[in-house]
Amino acid sequence: MTALLVVACGPGTSLQDGGRFGLQRFGVSPAGAMDPLALAMANLLVGNAADVAALEFGMLGGEFVVEGGPVHVAAAGAALAVDGTAVPALTSVVAGEGARVRLGPARDGVYAYLAVEGGFDVAPAMGSLSLHRRSAIGPKAPSAGERLALRPMAGGGANVLPGLPLGEEGPIRVILGPQRDRFTDAAVETFLSEPYAVSPRSDRMGTRLSGPPLTHSAGYNIVSDGIVTGHVQVPGDGQPIVLMRDRQTTGGYPKLAGIVTADLPRFAQLRPGAVVRFRAVDRDEALAALRAQRDAFAALAGQVRPVTAGLDTERLLSVNLISGVTADTGSP
Amino acid sequence: MSADAVSTPALPRLLPCGDAAISVEFGEAIDPDLNTRVLALQAALADAPVPGVIETVPTYRALLVQFDPLATDVDHLVAAILAACRDPAGAQRTVRRWRVPVVYGGDFGIDLETLAAHHGMTPEEVVRRHSGGLYRVYMIGFMPGFAYLGGLDPALATPRRLEPRLETPAQSVSVGGAQAAISSVAAPSGWHLLGRTPARAFMPGRDPVFLYEAGDEVVFEPIVAARWDALDAAAGRGEPVAELLAP
Repeated sequence: MTALLVVACGPGTSLQDGGRFGLQRFGVSPAGAMDPLALAMANLLVGNAADVAALEFGMLGGEFVVEGGPVHVAAAGAALAVDGTAVPALTSVVAGEGARVRLGPARDGVYAYLAVEGGFDVAPAMGSLSLHRRSAIGPKAPSAGERLALRPMAGGGANVLPGLPLGEEGPIRVILGPQRDRFTDAAVETFLSEPYAVSPRSDRMGTRLSGPPLTHSAGYNIVSDGIVTGHVQVPGDGQPIVLMRDRQTTGGYPKLAGIVTADLPRFAQLRPGAVVRFRAVDRDEALAALRAQRDAFAALAGQVRPVTAGLDTERLLSVNLISGVTADTGSP
Repeated sequence: MSADAVSTPALPRLLPCGDAAISVEFGEAIDPDLNTRVLALQAALADAPVPGVIETVPTYRALLVQFDPLATDVDHLVAAILAACRDPAGAQRTVRRWRVPVVYGGDFGIDLETLAAHHGMTPEEVVRRHSGGLYRVYMIGFMPGFAYLGGLDPALATPRRLEPRLETPAQSVSVGGAQAAISSVAAPSGWHLLGRTPARAFMPGRDPVFLYEAGDEVVFEPIVAARWDALDAAAGRGEPVAELLAP
């Protein structure tokens, strides 16, 4: 059996894939990768489909020993090293039997991913490998001494990507609603013009923001309705909470807006203390942004190429450029 | 209700939820007729799926329709929703009724006596009223399998606790405001705990994983504490314990 023996990993480590859908009407949260683009990037490098489950790390990294190797691995969002040797960014590596695979702390954001070719050989829970901590659905969080079984790999070699598409910048885009009419016009104006800081009390369930309070126009209790990832709900204290992947399925606070799909990954990567601004867009603009993101990723997928012996200067140059680009994703 | 209202029901409000969902809102109240329309729309969209729709989430008064924005013709989806709402009789639902055994009071329902005192009733009167009602599952939410019930005797309506408990037992039968609930897993709660059922609302690996679904009806059957161990063991083996009554 090929496996990764867990030497150490942070408490925020879990397996996450594209999420668990189809059961929200039974109260089951979707969970899934906080940054699906980073997950897709790591998977792309090892030849997996974009939403195959990988290890997600929150701030802290982890260390693993390959058993029954070799294993083809790639990281996104944090530095990867094998037996103490740094692996260049945007590059996968084949780690042999006994090799120590180490993922550093999150580089610029909060969430980093470690993908393995073929994926983890773990039984899905209700159709997904994503852990939802609060309900304990999905494979439990890995702990030191545990062996994570891996599926056989096809024998792919190390790959490299020439570069990332430019990261999105600027305010986080939202579509107002569904309860925009539960807020004063002044509150909407405030939300769309003032900066909000990401609170340290944020997690996979929700990103708490602190800033100028948002005033409700008709109380802060509504008869509970459905929630989506990215919904900006505002409880009685007027401080918005953005509901993230481990969110509940229903809720009784008014929701002022929803973050557009294209901006959810970079919003998820905002660190505590980061300052964020919001901008209202319509559905067409949201869709255009999402299409552009999809096309850019598809173009990238076409540029994966095997690592050739030695490092050519062009690649070193591009890797350097990349680290400059990814730094932009940390703050808007 | 006038005949006119029956033939042409008011159309719902379609509210954006980001770029990947629409909330189809039939009203803002806890009302069985609104919930019936929510469930009828859910059934209609299940019978005639619109390409790109991922799933629907029924709540008291709205249906959340989640879709893949890159694979969905939103205009087509909106048209399908409105067409289904104009013809609410198009999708027929079969209503299931569950009989759910409950041990009231004592360690099983630590708030029974205080809730009774709050209303100037005896605990027996609270149990009689609570178990005498016919409840409707309005929605499942909060936690996997957690059933929000309407149909509570108004005399038992009780404001939620000021300080929610950080942990309440799985399978608690409780009252919060004018609502009742059956919980599924241990969770924080500010609701008043009247009793506990051995029936697991949510049990991974069992078929079905979830007992209750929005639109189901529930009646409670008081049982003596002496029966708990046997029923709890049966439920632990995967038996439903709650009984599906013949229509």
